[in-house]
Amino acid sequence: MALVDKNTLDDGGFRMSEATARDFIELLKPRVMSLVVFTAFVGLVAAPVSINPFIAVVAILAIAIGAGASGALNMWYDADIDAVMTRTATRPVPSGRVLPGEALVFGLILSALSVMTLGVLVNWLSAALLALTIFFYAVVYTMWLKRSTPQNIVIGGAAGAFPPMIGWAAATGSISLESVILFLIIFLWTPPHFWALALFKSQDYGRAGIPMMPNVAGEASTRKQIFAYSLLLAPVGMLPWAFGFTTAGYGVVATALGIGFIWYAWKVLVMPDSDRVMKPAKALFAYSLLYLFVIFAAYLADSVVERTLASGVLS
Amino acid sequence: MIENELVTLTDKQKKARRSRSIAIGLGLAVLVVVFYVSTIIKFGPAILDRAL
Repeated sequence: MALVDKNTLDDGGFRMSEATARDFIELLKPRVMSLVVFTAFVGLVAAPVSINPFIAVVAILAIAIGAGASGALNMWYDADIDAVMTRTATRPVPSGRVLPGEALVFGLILSALSVMTLGVLVNWLSAALLALTIFFYAVVYTMWLKRSTPQNIVIGGAAGAFPPMIGWAAATGSISLESVILFLIIFLWTPPHFWALALFKSQDYGRAGIPMMPNVAGEASTRKQIFAYSLLLAPVGMLPWAFGFTTAGYGVVATALGIGFIWYAWKVLVMPDSDRVMKPAKALFAYSLLYLFVIFAAYLADSVVERTLASGVLS
Repeated sequence: MIENELVTLTDKQKKARRSRSIAIGLGLAVLVVVFYVSTIIKFGPAILDRAL
């Protein structure tokens, strides 16, 4: 017998990774990250304090990496349920391209690196908020709420709502009413956005045993709740104008977008139970993405234009 | 007799490792640039202030 036994390396107990850089990038959920980058950018640029452009880029990069890291931790923890849902079965961990341990280490290292970078190079308030966001998404939402309550995405939505507040804090070193309103817009937008998806993907969620609202409270109740949140979202979207933080230009855009949201939510509310194609739910889901993009773009444009005009008048 | 235990990587594994190595290299390079430039920005002209 040899001193060292020969082991078969491909017996499942040990195997060399075949994960490419692209697989690791996929762990960062690039599509979610793009929304995070955009909303954080709006918070950072709309803040009334100018920040060195390079430091601004570093802040956005750190926020993006932090958000991506929480996505990687989510994919590590949720690999079992991702494997049984058609929408997520091809993700790197359930498909076997990335080992669970690799995803965990990747997520942890990037979490620490992004928070430390933001703290050292920008400021510690924004770093603390980023750390809270990662903890909220990976632990509070993914590990605790997602599998235990249909309110999962309502409370967990806070994680997605923090980025503009982090951007604002990166520029100003403080939290102000403006950034709280930007937080609230995303927070109230999240339930109708995800429940619209959950309506036409309820079988997927049901198979994975995730207690999404349509699976627990039924489709009729979900449709009512979507409508209720839309009624809340529309006026909150107009708050920056109501409080005088923006011009009427933003107010007009936010009002039109809010009416549109309520209209699409109404179509979902009156959708017959027999409708299995669920076009209104799909339309609301698509519109909700447009809503968030346009309302933040309008806020950004408004603050930049207002500032440019003010500096022009003063000079 | 002690046998050398070597793992022979498949082509796919070699390609994946090369891809990961390039990404790690680029990532570290970006990190260095970020910290160097940010440090210079934060110190400003004071970066050249030193006792002679």
